[in-house]
Amino acid sequence: MGLAHYHQLLEDAVFRRALLNTFLYTLLGVPAQIFLGLALALLLQRTPIARDFFRAVYFAPYVTPAVAVAWVWSWMLSPHFGLVNEVLVLLGLPPQPFLQSPSQALPTVTWVVVWQNLGFQIVLFLAGLESIPRQYYEAARIDGAEGWRLFRHITWPLLNPVLVFSAVIGTIGYLQLFTQVVNLNFTDQGGPLNSTLTLALYIYQLAFLRFQLGYAAAVTAVLFALILLVTLIQLKLLTRRVEL
Amino acid sequence: MKRQKRLGNFLALLLLALGGVVMVLPFVWMVLTSLKPFPEIFQLRFFPQEPTLDNYRQVLRETGFLRWFWNSLLVATITTLSVLFFDSLAGYTLARLRFPGKDLVFLLILSTLMVPTEMLVIPWYVISAEKGWINTYWGLLFPGLMTAFGVFLMRQFFLTLPQDLFDAARMDGLSEFGVFWRIGFPLVRPALAALGIFTFLGNWNAFLWPLIVIQTPDMRTLPVGIALFSGEAGTAWNLIMAASSLAVLPVLLVFFFFQRQIIEGVVLTGVKG
Repeated sequence: MGLAHYHQLLEDAVFRRALLNTFLYTLLGVPAQIFLGLALALLLQRTPIARDFFRAVYFAPYVTPAVAVAWVWSWMLSPHFGLVNEVLVLLGLPPQPFLQSPSQALPTVTWVVVWQNLGFQIVLFLAGLESIPRQYYEAARIDGAEGWRLFRHITWPLLNPVLVFSAVIGTIGYLQLFTQVVNLNFTDQGGPLNSTLTLALYIYQLAFLRFQLGYAAAVTAVLFALILLVTLIQLKLLTRRVEL
Repeated sequence: MKRQKRLGNFLALLLLALGGVVMVLPFVWMVLTSLKPFPEIFQLRFFPQEPTLDNYRQVLRETGFLRWFWNSLLVATITTLSVLFFDSLAGYTLARLRFPGKDLVFLLILSTLMVPTEMLVIPWYVISAEKGWINTYWGLLFPGLMTAFGVFLMRQFFLTLPQDLFDAARMDGLSEFGVFWRIGFPLVRPALAALGIFTFLGNWNAFLWPLIVIQTPDMRTLPVGIALFSGEAGTAWNLIMAASSLAVLPVLLVFFFFQRQIIEGVVLTGVKG
């Protein structure tokens, strides 16, 4: 009892792998969805005619059940008869194992999550962009600023609250990744070779497949501490006061 | 200058369209696969040669799909109604009433915002096992009946309303509950819509807790049913895609009818919350 579970954690290679993977998902997924979301929001802002249509198209995956979406992608990414490999072959590229490969599986799972979250990011960024007063841009243009400098000195700093919110919410989401990991590789959950295992999935396996509730609870304490710590660090580092 | 701008807009549209194809293609492929007879899914043709609805028939006949759909609808509806009522009641109390310990209560609620579901499922399971809630509707429902996020959101909205309004209503002899229900509740409708949409979607799509608390096929919610059915279907991707279509298409349909409200709801909770 007591601290024994935590001693056990230190020597548990599977736990270490799950912890590492959870970090990797977050480090890949959060920047990817923020970068893509911002780029697409900026494109949408330029093209008012098509904005409502494309906003709906990009947002649609966000409302659909993650379970169903994961199965659709697992079929799309199937090594032998999947559509993605068909397209690769058509383009003269070699087919890829994707979810079957220990080195490709984690980035592939991350892609599916990014794909599903992208619309949410775009909608947030669009609202943020629309809330920036036009006068700032007009004044800067009079001072001779164009393109990249407008973005760097006006858009980016004034989007800070939305960026911080996206980073925090995104990180909390990726640290708790479960549904997509389970359903994308249902017959070997967390595999191949634990390469997609997350802390959340490890907790589930420990508690409800191996009935080690106490040990699983110790892992949840680590997960909770991680979420709390990372969120606080992000809020501290990312939040900037804007001075114009 | 003008030509350059036009070219820029054209390129922007092109990129958006390419991205749009990436967003839509999985859904198109899902529906196309669901219309193919089994041997055809391994022939590399985009459109079905002999389109059939047999896959849908088989899914509906051989699984408890309609039951799962009903279970999900029931759970999502009850939790949403409960969250809307109790979260706004608590939010109103924290925003508008004065009582000792109010700040402490609010702080305690706020501090649970960060606690992940993964951490809570173990105590939920232990409680459910003790009380006999395993494999019951109550077991599915009880963790979602109130949310810290909703209380926080509603409190923030009630704070923006002018105090005079509530004082006047009290002066006119409305009970404290009457003030909340007749004056406050209707005025926070935009926040309620946003909270309702989020709560419904969250519960409709929930996977982890239903997977744990449910043990028999007839009690499964839609996501759990789809996952376990697909896991058993092996390589019958046409059946798996038919089941996925049945889960995805109603949601997309509702989304395209209410997209304005849903997207505005996201902005409301995201930017202000």
